[in-house]
Amino acid sequence: MSLQAEIKKRFSGFSLEVSLHTEQGVLGILGASGSGKSMTLKCIAGIETPDEGRIVLNDRVLFDSEKKINLPPQKRRVGYLFQNYALFPNMTVEANIAAGLNGSREEKKAAVERMIKRFRLEGLEKRYPSQLSGGQQQRTALARILVYEPDVIMLDEPFSALDYYLKEQLQFQVKEVLSTYAGNVLLVTHSRDEVYRFCEKSLILDRGRVAMEGRTEELFLRPSNVTSARLTGCKNISRARRIDARRVMATDWGICLKTAEEVGEDIRYVGIRAHEFFPATEGVNIFSCQWKDTLKQPFEWDILMRPKEAETSESGEELLWWKIDYSQSRILEGKKIGDVLQIGIKPESVLLLREG
Amino acid sequence: MVVSARSEKIKMVLDGILTLPMVLPPTVAGFFLLMIFGVKRPLGQLFLEVFGIKIVFSWAATVIAAVVISFPLMYRAARGAFEQVDVTLVYAARTLGFSERKIFWRVIMPSAMPGVLSGAILAFARSLGEFGATAMLAGNIAGETRTLPLAIYSEVAAGKMSKVYDYVWIIVVLSFFVVVLMNVFSRREKSGGRRIRKKKGVDT
Repeated sequence: MSLQAEIKKRFSGFSLEVSLHTEQGVLGILGASGSGKSMTLKCIAGIETPDEGRIVLNDRVLFDSEKKINLPPQKRRVGYLFQNYALFPNMTVEANIAAGLNGSREEKKAAVERMIKRFRLEGLEKRYPSQLSGGQQQRTALARILVYEPDVIMLDEPFSALDYYLKEQLQFQVKEVLSTYAGNVLLVTHSRDEVYRFCEKSLILDRGRVAMEGRTEELFLRPSNVTSARLTGCKNISRARRIDARRVMATDWGICLKTAEEVGEDIRYVGIRAHEFFPATEGVNIFSCQWKDTLKQPFEWDILMRPKEAETSESGEELLWWKIDYSQSRILEGKKIGDVLQIGIKPESVLLLREG
Repeated sequence: MVVSARSEKIKMVLDGILTLPMVLPPTVAGFFLLMIFGVKRPLGQLFLEVFGIKIVFSWAATVIAAVVISFPLMYRAARGAFEQVDVTLVYAARTLGFSERKIFWRVIMPSAMPGVLSGAILAFARSLGEFGATAMLAGNIAGETRTLPLAIYSEVAAGKMSKVYDYVWIIVVLSFFVVVLMNVFSRREKSGGRRIRKKKGVDT
């Protein structure tokens, strides 16, 4: 099982240049909206035609611009789960699931029945998509794809149309389903949680280019450039200047940071994840901040702090975000907004980032 | 055909030609029809010589006039309906292996049907009231090319009011029926009947 794709496609004001390769399991494609992630899937599915490139799925050439090969989507054997599921509104659940099947009436019926059972859609066979809940629609759409056993399954923002509380439940179900599927899966999303949850390997897309790729955990632990750091959820990013091999100046914050890693000549930014700070009065990387504000979430607080030496900017970019668990909030006892907090950061928690 | 035409320019020109009869004064449209179907004109001559049919001032002329004048309504409604079909449905159908023909009949047509039907009804209503082009091309020959609106005009001109009431009643009842039908279809189109909700707003 393998999928290899090299895609180049130009638009006015935007160009897509992606190359990806996956041998097995789920490959995540993480990117902001407009980064070209859906376009990548559409090119693989044959809905859009790249200007240049080559797409090979399990030794079958789907597209090759040099050899002038371009299989129509009908012949590519791909399963595409659209963001809005794209169920046919004029067909029942049964008919939708049978839509991609060939063969005799009996074979189809048996296959559809198996899917109905597997996706717990019993009793809904005769309903139309508009009479289904979001979760049921998604299960129907997945059943419609899995029933004809495609060589690759592509999920395009599969959970973005769902309510928050439904999302997690469905993610669990989808994960279960995908674990029994032998082919390749591509998951496109803007949510770092989904990538982390589903994908062993992933690829970060930024403005049509691959910013970083590799094992998902690795990407989150050690993003190498600014885009990857941002997309994996790093809240605090400052421009930086190298001082020596173990020290870097975070210019936006006016803080000199000791690092565990060697500072390369090409380091232009530093990042600190919001939950890595801790209250401290002595040791390395200790600095004073003014407590500016607090954003409360049900179980987490975001403390906004302004480093004492920071240059003031209008956008508030110099503010540091410190995420603390609700249960830890007593570490702020006796302090109030406006007071000075002493906080520290471990040298190994400082992310050294390149441009891009 | 116009919806799928590739070049924007060709699309615009075709669209203009197909819509023109709706915007032109009916007498002008009728004038052009006369220019085309007149006995001395190429198309009229062809019909006369090959089939032995004289089109102007005949029953067929009333039909041609009504069709030409009402067609743009049908065309515009149908075009709107086809353009509104969710394009991801077509993409999905392709990845599921549907042939382009099957996509048209099983995916696009069912979605566009309410719009096409309401356009057809609107066109019917418009042709029911067609006056100007009919008078130009078919004339107003009693018992032959006199349509209802022309009959009403003639009877009023002749001062025979009792007959006028009959005709007016027929027109009013038919028109009312048409409005009711249209509402039925446009409601089906709006609520989507069986249409899936798009993206957000999916309930639980």
